[in-house]
Amino acid sequence: MPASPTAIAALLESGNVVNVDADGACHAEHTGNTPPNAEAPAGAPKRSWKPWFPVIDYDRCTNCMQCLSFCLFGVYGVDDNGHIQVQNNDACKTNCPACSRVCPEVAIMFPKYSSGPINGEPVSESDLQREKMKVDISSLLGGDIYSTLRDRSAKAKSRFSTERSADKALTERQRCLDKLQKEGMIPAEVLAEIDLSNLPSPEEIQRRAAEAAAKGQAALDANQQRS
Amino acid sequence: MPRTIYCRCAYAQIIPGPVKDAHLKNLCESGEAFDAVPDLCEMAANRHPKLKEIAQEEEVRIVACHPRAVKGLFTQAGCPLPATADIINMREQTAP
Repeated sequence: MPASPTAIAALLESGNVVNVDADGACHAEHTGNTPPNAEAPAGAPKRSWKPWFPVIDYDRCTNCMQCLSFCLFGVYGVDDNGHIQVQNNDACKTNCPACSRVCPEVAIMFPKYSSGPINGEPVSESDLQREKMKVDISSLLGGDIYSTLRDRSAKAKSRFSTERSADKALTERQRCLDKLQKEGMIPAEVLAEIDLSNLPSPEEIQRRAAEAAAKGQAALDANQQRS
Repeated sequence: MPRTIYCRCAYAQIIPGPVKDAHLKNLCESGEAFDAVPDLCEMAANRHPKLKEIAQEEEVRIVACHPRAVKGLFTQAGCPLPATADIINMREQTAP
């Protein structure tokens, strides 16, 4: 007798791996994690974390360390042989695919992203051209995009220092988040978990950016020494 | 006969429900043994031992999403898929 697709779907949706044999008999085993919309079985942990993390396409990756230099949350690291790898999945910010946008080789995927090539769709010639354009813009800005951004930030600081307001900034963040939610970019349950009063300050973001850039440079230097 | 693995993508709504249901129904009616997993991404993130077991099969067919992403997930979990793995992409299909 064939297995029931509805019964199997229910087991899967509550976090079970299901083995179906040729006779239609099902054997279920809980993975230990329960998807957000399901009831966790007694004793099993309930996780709200959506499996959102970067996946590196090593057929495309050139080990340039741009992702390591860019990520503010310490998701990336290098292995003992100096190869870039994803080391801290849980630190990745749900629905943020920013590192994939800085990868010049279109080698970073987020399988649960809505569109390609970030979601793993084959990389087209136009995707590569777009990445090349980004690199060219970086060169036009003097080759060091970070220094250009720092200069621009310094100028902006003096311009905005007179009108700085923490309340205004929080309202603006809320407005942007609402807009993103309406456009379907952030699920309601993710938005509900964001503590607006606890977002990192601009200074903290700058500190993390400098730390990430230093990590990337150190990895590049180490690789250069190796070769 | 290849070992078939079906991914339900339980943590996100990126594959239309009717497409996932249709594939599951076909597998149930095929009379072949298969494994169904809640979410390959979640299992790769946690390096679930089942992935290693799957990757060691001589012939494997995976019903999930974009092949580049599926291969990347297995590689990142430390158990690369064999080059012969057949990956069926439910993201590119509409409900029958």
